[in-house]
Amino acid sequence: MRQFLIFTQKEFYHILRDRWTTVLLLILPIAMILLFGFGITTEIKNTRFAVYDMSHDMATRGIVNKLETSEYFTLEGYLDHPGQIEGIFKRKKIGMLVVFGERFYENQLHSGDAQVQLITDGTDPNTASTLTNYATNLIREYQQESGTLSPLPIQILPQVKLLYNPTMKSAYNIVPGVIGMVLMLVCAMMTSVSLAREKEMGTMEVILVSPMPPLLIVLSKVVPYFTISMINLFNVLLLAVFVLEVPIVGNLFLLIFVSLLFIFVALALGILISTLVQTQLVALLASVMGLLLPVVMLSGLMFPIENMPVVLQYVAQIIPAKWYIEAMRNVMIKGLGISAIIKEVLVLALMAVVLITISLKKFKIRLE
Amino acid sequence: MKMLRFLLEKEFKQFFRNSFLPRMVIMFPLTALLIYPLVANFEVKNINLSVVDHDKSTFSRELLQKVQSSGYFRVTDVSPDYASALKSVELDESDVILEIPSHFEKNLVREMKADLMISANAVNGNKGGLGTAYLVAIVNEYNSAITTKLLGDPGRFRAPAAEILPLFRYNPGLLYSVFMVPAIMVMVLAMISGFLPALNIVGEKEKGTIEQMNVTPVRKRTFIISKLIPYWLAGYVVLTIGILVALLVWRLFPVGFVGTIYLFATIFLLGFSGFGLVVSNYAVTVQQAMFMMFFFVLTFIFMSGLYTPVENMPGWAQMISNFSPMKYIIEVLRRVYLKGSGFNDLLPQFWALCGFALFFNGWAVLSYRKNS
Repeated sequence: MRQFLIFTQKEFYHILRDRWTTVLLLILPIAMILLFGFGITTEIKNTRFAVYDMSHDMATRGIVNKLETSEYFTLEGYLDHPGQIEGIFKRKKIGMLVVFGERFYENQLHSGDAQVQLITDGTDPNTASTLTNYATNLIREYQQESGTLSPLPIQILPQVKLLYNPTMKSAYNIVPGVIGMVLMLVCAMMTSVSLAREKEMGTMEVILVSPMPPLLIVLSKVVPYFTISMINLFNVLLLAVFVLEVPIVGNLFLLIFVSLLFIFVALALGILISTLVQTQLVALLASVMGLLLPVVMLSGLMFPIENMPVVLQYVAQIIPAKWYIEAMRNVMIKGLGISAIIKEVLVLALMAVVLITISLKKFKIRLE
Repeated sequence: MKMLRFLLEKEFKQFFRNSFLPRMVIMFPLTALLIYPLVANFEVKNINLSVVDHDKSTFSRELLQKVQSSGYFRVTDVSPDYASALKSVELDESDVILEIPSHFEKNLVREMKADLMISANAVNGNKGGLGTAYLVAIVNEYNSAITTKLLGDPGRFRAPAAEILPLFRYNPGLLYSVFMVPAIMVMVLAMISGFLPALNIVGEKEKGTIEQMNVTPVRKRTFIISKLIPYWLAGYVVLTIGILVALLVWRLFPVGFVGTIYLFATIFLLGFSGFGLVVSNYAVTVQQAMFMMFFFVLTFIFMSGLYTPVENMPGWAQMISNFSPMKYIIEVLRRVYLKGSGFNDLLPQFWALCGFALFFNGWAVLSYRKNS
């Protein structure tokens, strides 16, 4: 035990001696949570739109006004002739163009074939379809209000309740994801160099001749980084609640428990990488190049897992961040208890055991 | 000039000695571009619906029939009460709850009015919002159907009088691969041309071999250029692989001129590898260099509109995104690929990228110290 403490102390010295790296380790997660928490958003706000109006009557003006006064759209201006359409999209001045057909108001009243086109830039399919949806709803609303549509005498009145996130803030979905991504990548990067550095520097030999069993050598590497990660977790949660305004609805201790378990898994993954490679360079490339894309793409941070092809859904299961993000959303946003995340906790625990076991198997107590 | 040749020979030998690097330059873009375009799909379909039918009448069954045949919903759970339906939402087994109160049919017939409860899981606001919107639309449709059924004369209660035609320019089928492939190309390009040069110089620093370079009469400029050239070439390999995969697998052919892409990519590579060198000049250890690069690359990725549009961000974040070279190269790629924009349409991007290239490479040369 004393030996272990001394080894741990040595590791702490190693890390704290390199003051700049320590500062980076503590500041980068904060910067990332702030940047991405605010920056990654699918909420549509004040998208500029232009109008090409062949009618200029009260209905078209009413619709334009309705769009303009909503929080989603801001009017950029009117086009004079259809030749301008191509140019305005090429230079990407606007997100949507509304084109009213001729004699819109009259046709709406009489023949019923009034037409309005909503032209969006399909380059970004998600934004394009969301804008079209919003605009369609606003136009229908206008028609209802202006009395163009006579109310039906029989009415089914749907009472809509949006659970957990009544204002539909995109941050509620993104922030737990960003926390998962940042912790996962930072933790794995930290430990992936730990053993590789000793190998590269030749100091591994000194460690190996000591009477410490491999498990304790590995754990002594984990402890200091675990401490740093705890500070990071603390900072990140504070920022999430007080700056990004994403509340912790569920039990704080449960949240911290899952987070610490996840941090341990990520650190163990870094250790595994470290035992497999010989140099720091390869260790870092593996942990960044190897983990960054899968974590960003497959963890459910931005892209819903249930929409992926089945094969990729299976791949997503082996990414620890996927389970953590799920658990985070359940506890932090939905406010559920332990019983709702028992599966996630068990999977993460299993991952921790497997990763540490493989690391120990691969840990060579002899130099080649 | 001769010196540069020898230096390059050394760099290439170093590059190929470790088989990890060349393999990565080929395999990394290949796998990334084959797999990840499949991932992005925000399309909301197959919404899992939990049904609580207290009424169990002809009307309620008809309505449920309509919901199921709409194609958007999949009834995954039929619960006796709201509490157990909520349970299934908590377990993520269903996304939306449709609760039909008792006396639904009676109320409709007698009072011509009936309530209906829709509760959606809105953690993912996009999905929750669209799910409810679809469901409300179906209910409204059923509402008109019921009206004609009970009162007859469909003419008096006409459906919306204006036809709304959505038109998705450049990508009428709303294919996500069209959106994703350029984004992933840029990501891979930035990672290869940013990380590798950054690690290279710091690697030499940490091993101490840079001392040997410093005692030679090699000029700073020559040294930096010899470090950069291999990674430009690597960047071209990555880009070419990307364009080929886009063409052969994703059937994406640039509407504009391919040469434009290469021209802009060259300037981007120049700038980004210069950025990598700046980081390496300040970092003392490989780990520091990697952390800084990791931070900046990730920031560029998320703040440049690769996945979520810059226009949605708060004002200060949009300001930051102006300082990201990735923002400009992704605009170039998307426009050349989809809109067929030519060089003249892309002048602002051209100057921005040139600015980055000059700035970072100038900084890299100035900040490189031969003596510490």
